[in-house]
Amino acid sequence: MQTGLEEQLGLYQKRIPIFTRSVKGRFRRFKTSVLALAYAIYFLLPWLPWSRVDAPAQAVLFDLPGRRFLIFGLTVYPQDVIWLALLLFIAAILLFFVTGLVGRAFCGYFCFQTLWTDFYIWIETVIQGERPARIRLYRQPWNREKVVKVGGTHALWVLASFWTGMTFVAYFTYAPQLVVDFFTGQAASAAYITVTVLTISTYAAAGLMREQICTYVCPYGRFQSVMYEPETLAVHYDARRGEATHGRASARAGQRTLAERHDKGVGDCVDCGLCVQVCPTGIDIRDGLQYKCISCGLCIDACNSIMDSFNFPRGLIRYDSEKNLAADVPAPPRVEWKRLKTIGYGVALILMGGYLAYSIGSRGSYDRAVNQIRQPLYVVLSNGDIRNRYQIRITNKAPQDQTYVISAKGIPASALDLGNFREITIRPGHSGLVQASVRLDPELAEHTRRFELVITPRGKPGEARSETVRFDSPKELHG
Amino acid sequence: MSEQKLQSQTVQTTGHAWDGDLQEYNNPLPVWWVYTFYITVLFAIVYWVIYPSWPFGKTWIGGVSNVTYVNSDGQTKTHAWNTRALLMADLNKADAAQKPYFDKVAAMSYAQIAKDPEMSGFILSAGKALFADNCAPCHQAGGQGKLGFFPNLTDDDWLYGGTFDKIHQTITGGRHGYMPTFSEVLSGDQIDQLANYVASLSGIGHDAAKAAAGNTLFHSETAACYYCHGVDAKGRKEIGSANLTDDIWLWANVPGAATAEGKVAAIHNVIASGLNKGVMPAWGGRLSPEQIKVLTVYVHELGGGQ
Repeated sequence: MQTGLEEQLGLYQKRIPIFTRSVKGRFRRFKTSVLALAYAIYFLLPWLPWSRVDAPAQAVLFDLPGRRFLIFGLTVYPQDVIWLALLLFIAAILLFFVTGLVGRAFCGYFCFQTLWTDFYIWIETVIQGERPARIRLYRQPWNREKVVKVGGTHALWVLASFWTGMTFVAYFTYAPQLVVDFFTGQAASAAYITVTVLTISTYAAAGLMREQICTYVCPYGRFQSVMYEPETLAVHYDARRGEATHGRASARAGQRTLAERHDKGVGDCVDCGLCVQVCPTGIDIRDGLQYKCISCGLCIDACNSIMDSFNFPRGLIRYDSEKNLAADVPAPPRVEWKRLKTIGYGVALILMGGYLAYSIGSRGSYDRAVNQIRQPLYVVLSNGDIRNRYQIRITNKAPQDQTYVISAKGIPASALDLGNFREITIRPGHSGLVQASVRLDPELAEHTRRFELVITPRGKPGEARSETVRFDSPKELHG
Repeated sequence: MSEQKLQSQTVQTTGHAWDGDLQEYNNPLPVWWVYTFYITVLFAIVYWVIYPSWPFGKTWIGGVSNVTYVNSDGQTKTHAWNTRALLMADLNKADAAQKPYFDKVAAMSYAQIAKDPEMSGFILSAGKALFADNCAPCHQAGGQGKLGFFPNLTDDDWLYGGTFDKIHQTITGGRHGYMPTFSEVLSGDQIDQLANYVASLSGIGHDAAKAAAGNTLFHSETAACYYCHGVDAKGRKEIGSANLTDDIWLWANVPGAATAEGKVAAIHNVIASGLNKGVMPAWGGRLSPEQIKVLTVYVHELGGGQ
């Protein structure tokens, strides 16, 4: 049996070009608003000034050499990595939560691949014209018009990609300085490498590969599919209404009104193909739910505009659930959230979001780590006294110099020896080390198992924090 | 009719059938995948040019990227890219980054260093590394020493003195502790008397009569213990002789003995056999003056100093 091999398609599948038709409607408006908002934030945020005492006046600056993230009034230090972990967890759970409710809403409206592709298609439309004009241009041989239009499109794409890369780098260094340095050849090599890589990858992903990223490369699109439930809202074609008993049919004479069509058993779909022409991934939604659908809703807009023009009711393609579509009498589609999974994700989101907000809101102006020195755990001194030593590390997270006073509770004040530093002044963002040694006579040592070391920022008694530490002695260990 | 749909209708199988009906679709690879492969090929070629790649006779092609570093003899070397040279270059960088701190150490007096919190932080971390590399094999990682072998640096007893200057002198010049073998000149009974006397100085259970005899012997010309340990038996820092009146033991395993007899016997052993093993090497030629200074402050801090 070699029947398949004689008429090979070829070893490699070339991309079938997709020329999307512009469309107007609710979902197009929503997508455009999200695009405008996201671009405004992404491209303008690095230029937002923010006055600071000891750092560049940039509202959002990920200062890697300084090991701190400056986000408006907040300075995030490496010790706060738990926040990043929480943020990523929240993002993941939010994705699961939203996908269970309304399908791949992230893919369709918020994903940067979708946003950038949308923008690049808009550039293409502005230069080359609507879908028919673009198809004509694609088919015509290379002449001056084609070179200018296609070349211009690609040039603009590269420009947009370049500025995307520049903007990304601007988050990591003072933006106005970066732009000057970049064009005078004085920027860091990391800046040139990053801009080059991002320019190439953005141009390739949003200009050339587009829907292939979603279908072949992106893992999220695939694993979101397994989060669908029968109740999940997704973009669906109402096949029962569209196909009826005799299938879809064009609106020829004799089957132009709903009454005529229903008499003939013909469905409401006039087979205009507009839903396919507007689809950025080039699929036919009437084939049913499929992995290539990014749930952008443009086919809904397209179909509704046709339904309106024929005076048919809207919603032949609509957001609906599989369960509702299969019901004998479909109810109006609505978000079904009363499910264990959805509620569980919702509760997890609220808890984690609440904890993150609390953690950021209640962060102290300094970090502390108090460790007993364990080598050796204790020392017997010449007069028989027992000495334990402790290392206290204080990190100043306040924006100004701060002095910290260290004291002890639960032992005589004279037992605590801080060497030369009963108090220590630390610069903002820096750490200071203090060695404390505690010396107790053998009798007291025997009765002291634990005591507290208290760190008080000078002038802020309310922020005093105490750490309970062990006190070890030979008697305790041996008996 | 969508072009996509057309394609899905004409999807082929490879033509093989297993178990009667199990077939395999022949979906062609997307062409961009092939381009990615070509890009990796190009990448490899660029890589060959930049980095060491092909074996060539007994040597290899080193590539155009070089690493320059200064080796431990102060010679500047340039090698084709390799991780060892990179490590050396990184170490050069780290040394350069530490240099301002070490320069500061060199310029400051001990009293100034002790009062500067930032310097103190540097000493704690740099000193810890230096101590671990050079001192820890004998004095142990935390400086706690080893009973019967190496002195504990974390207690408040300093054989040769615990001031910055004395510690500096100890590290630079090394030390050699020595005590004669008294079994050659004293009888067993005499050593026993001395052992009981030394035990009595630290409040350890002892035979009062023997201790009294030991007291006399200690201060006599026969044993002449007071030559080194002093009339008050508190030791002499200029020669590093031990203070026999405190609770700290270095050579005699007194804390380890369970009974008073055992403790006295441990002291007896040390007197009888003497000591010729308290040797600390001189670090003056091996470590730089700044490193010794850092270690001095670190060791001073360990035991609280004097």
